[in-house]
Amino acid sequence: MPSAKAKSMDDLNVVIATDCGSTTTKAILIEKKDEGYRQTFRGEAPTTVEAPFEDVTRGVLNAIQEVEELSGRQILDGERIITPADGDVGVDIYISTSSAGGGLQMVVAGVVLAMTGESAQRCALGAGAIVMDALAANDGRLPHEKIERIRQLRPDMVLLSGGTDGGTVSHVVELAEFISAADPKPRFGAGFQLPVIFAGNEDAREEVEKALGGKMALTVTENIRPVLEEENLDPARHVIHDLFLEHVMAQAPGYRKLMDWTSAPIMPTPGAVGEIMQTIARQQEINVVGVDIGGATTDVFSVFDGVFNRTVSANLGMSYSVSNVLAEAGLDQIMRWVPFDIEEADLRDRIKNKMIRPTTIPQLMQELQVEQAIAREALRLAFDQHRALAVGLKGVQSKRTLADVFEQGATGESLVEMMALDMLVGSGGVLSHAPRREQSCAMLIDAFQPEGVTRLAVDSIFMMPHLGVLSTVDERAATEVFERDCLIYLGTCVAPVGEGKDGEVCLQYEIDLPGGGQTGQLQVDQLQWMPLADGEEVEVSLQPARRWDVGAGLGQALNARVRGGIVGLVLDGRGRPIQMASDQDRRRQISDWQQALNLYE
Amino acid sequence: MAHAYTPGLRVTQHAVIHKERRLPLKGEVVVERGQAVRRDQVVARTELPGEVATLNLVNRLGTSPQELAGYMLKKEGDRIEAGEPLAETRPFIRWFKTTIESPVSGTVESISPVTGQVILRQAPRPVEVLAYVDGVVEEIFAEEGVRVAARGAYIQGIFGVGGECWGALHLAVDTPDATAESLGPEVAGKIVVVGSLISAETVEQARQAGAVGLIGGGLRDRDLRDLLGRDLGVAITGTEQIGLTVVATEGFGRVAMARKTFDILQACAGMDASMAGATQIRAGVLRPEIIVPTAADQEEEEVRPSAEGLQMGDLLRVIRMPYFGRIGRVSDLPTELCAVESGARVRVLAVEFEDGEQAIVPRANVELIEE
Repeated sequence: MPSAKAKSMDDLNVVIATDCGSTTTKAILIEKKDEGYRQTFRGEAPTTVEAPFEDVTRGVLNAIQEVEELSGRQILDGERIITPADGDVGVDIYISTSSAGGGLQMVVAGVVLAMTGESAQRCALGAGAIVMDALAANDGRLPHEKIERIRQLRPDMVLLSGGTDGGTVSHVVELAEFISAADPKPRFGAGFQLPVIFAGNEDAREEVEKALGGKMALTVTENIRPVLEEENLDPARHVIHDLFLEHVMAQAPGYRKLMDWTSAPIMPTPGAVGEIMQTIARQQEINVVGVDIGGATTDVFSVFDGVFNRTVSANLGMSYSVSNVLAEAGLDQIMRWVPFDIEEADLRDRIKNKMIRPTTIPQLMQELQVEQAIAREALRLAFDQHRALAVGLKGVQSKRTLADVFEQGATGESLVEMMALDMLVGSGGVLSHAPRREQSCAMLIDAFQPEGVTRLAVDSIFMMPHLGVLSTVDERAATEVFERDCLIYLGTCVAPVGEGKDGEVCLQYEIDLPGGGQTGQLQVDQLQWMPLADGEEVEVSLQPARRWDVGAGLGQALNARVRGGIVGLVLDGRGRPIQMASDQDRRRQISDWQQALNLYE
Repeated sequence: MAHAYTPGLRVTQHAVIHKERRLPLKGEVVVERGQAVRRDQVVARTELPGEVATLNLVNRLGTSPQELAGYMLKKEGDRIEAGEPLAETRPFIRWFKTTIESPVSGTVESISPVTGQVILRQAPRPVEVLAYVDGVVEEIFAEEGVRVAARGAYIQGIFGVGGECWGALHLAVDTPDATAESLGPEVAGKIVVVGSLISAETVEQARQAGAVGLIGGGLRDRDLRDLLGRDLGVAITGTEQIGLTVVATEGFGRVAMARKTFDILQACAGMDASMAGATQIRAGVLRPEIIVPTAADQEEEEVRPSAEGLQMGDLLRVIRMPYFGRIGRVSDLPTELCAVESGARVRVLAVEFEDGEQAIVPRANVELIEE
């Protein structure tokens, strides 16, 4: 297969890209048209890492075969991807991301939990990993407890950091000794040594090598915290990506073959989505929150004032982990979003059946409503975790000043400021594949509760991972497809923040709609919807009530330009947090909200 | 679509089953290739490293990490008993001597001149791997384990709890949609087929009577919570210590067992079976299973991955509401997307159920029953 790097951009006419998720493998076809690169066809098939196939390439072939059927282009010759493209046959490159098999699971360690421990977490999370545990000299656990914990976990990889260059050696070596004593085994490939990355005090390298060298596959790289006021995460991240391919992917069923097929390194799915999120924020100069809700995990990404953060909620998802959403949120929290009753025992059985047969989809309207109620709670819990972990973080910028460090300790405030959020992007099956876009819009608003004026979008067919990895090969192609085909703009949510009694006016508005100006009032507990098509942009004048804020301060008027989308404009007077009525009124309330947005009728 | 793949569970009367039996760490294989093995026979053994105890002696001895070696009475690799002196100071006045005794029995694994930490490793824990099924060793993985080939009936369940067990198969019901009413002493040491529902009462009766395993169509989540003492968030099971192994062949709730599954179990009544409840839906999927070794005079079918997808006439089970648990045959496979009641436009198939009723269901909501 020809190297992607060797191709000039003009040669790249047809790209097939897959994302091997924990539930399904999604393939998309990207073709160069007169107007530029476009995503043209997609296929989907169950991921086949599991028995009876135990070969990820089977699901890849099935998904690509669906693309073949729909597009009429022959891509496969038996079980071989035809390259390069020649007329209606073959593709120029094949690229892929993967989160199958539970993704990349890591344990990190640092000397001080809030300093190098935190840097190590950011490093691993930003590389697309799930952090199973963060160990530190001051994490409150006794040595034997740490050793037992490391042994219990079967990570794919360990990142050991700690100490600024020239700083403490003994604490770092102590952590290495704990890891050595625990002698953890990798999740895949019992006969292989566990990859350990040392990215700490350079003075400790020799001793760390003595402690771990023979037992583990040790890779030494640059210190992620060479001095207190500087964070240097990229070298360790690159090592994580390399080791992910060499040690982890190569052990998973079928991945060795898949790696031979791809023209660029396979990226962990969250790493690829993070790439695209940052691109959105950078190109449009906006603050963005993105979410990718999958079958097993939910990733939340945020970029505020250029600072990127990612968290992953390892056991919040819509299939494998759906039962855990019920366990964590509680049945009442889920059922508060549906206007009917289901016997608890029956609902619990249904949720468990989804867990053990993760690829099923709701056939009935009532089942769809319950599934979307669960999604609201999974998203809410994942976002709560993101906000909690982002408290006091300064993200992954390469330079941090000493002043920032002190400010961080002094304020400890979350970087996620909902009133400053410009755009909320949803991704993942339950959001991208909702039968109606209004449903995606409602799930995002209910779960994230955006404040002020916020634009909403979903990934049309879940292609952000594909575009993330494509951007590493050809940024222009990735950007063109992203702008034309990836995001579906749902519209804009205007939500004043405050508290009041039902029926009170919380916002007066004047909207310069294309069909003529419209003035009106928004009452507390009310949702209003008005059409505003994608591509349309209008002027709004917003006057919140005295104790309400829509972005300019309590009772302060705000003039803004808002953009339309496939859903339109949503005015949300439910307050923040959303005020839910008590039992009997709640059903009427939920029905009203559903009708206002025409969700299920 | 040649590869309209839909996951299915394996249910077959005559099969060659290959079971890999591996140690968690390298060790010793104690059987030979070609050797006949019984289910309770040890095929490989090893020792897991013992637990560690860490002691930081520097402060207690009032010395530095670099000088620690001079105070040690034991060196790396030495054995030590609990209470035996491990290190001591050598002051001019003997009364001021400080002696550190080992808190555990084991060996001295490391003495760090950097941190002053001494790590003691306790005695290793022996681990044995059993054959699990009656069969023949067909391959040896040096120092790691074996692969045993068995011939007989093979049934994959959808969900289970509890570890490996074996015993004679006992049918407590006559039909796949019936439910066992009460279990008594006759089920002691046996694997019991209880019909469409494994209820909490049935589990309790089985435990009291000494049954080793239960097989049924479904179980209720409520009963599972009571059985485990917690809400199961993620489906990773197999290590529960609940006194017996439970395998549901169809799902959660009351669901009649698939006729084929029931017929095979009925045909094997009274025969010895091996069963495992381990289920792992995520990351390297594992389904619970029931294996009934039989005499090798039937035409066998290899239990190997099948690459075929859904075909017209295939037997299937619907695995989601509103037809959950029902069994029928594929009567049409339209290629175009079709809207279902939820409003989703998806790939569907037409199914004719056993009673002749026809229905359209999303392809994602059916499971192939291998014939």
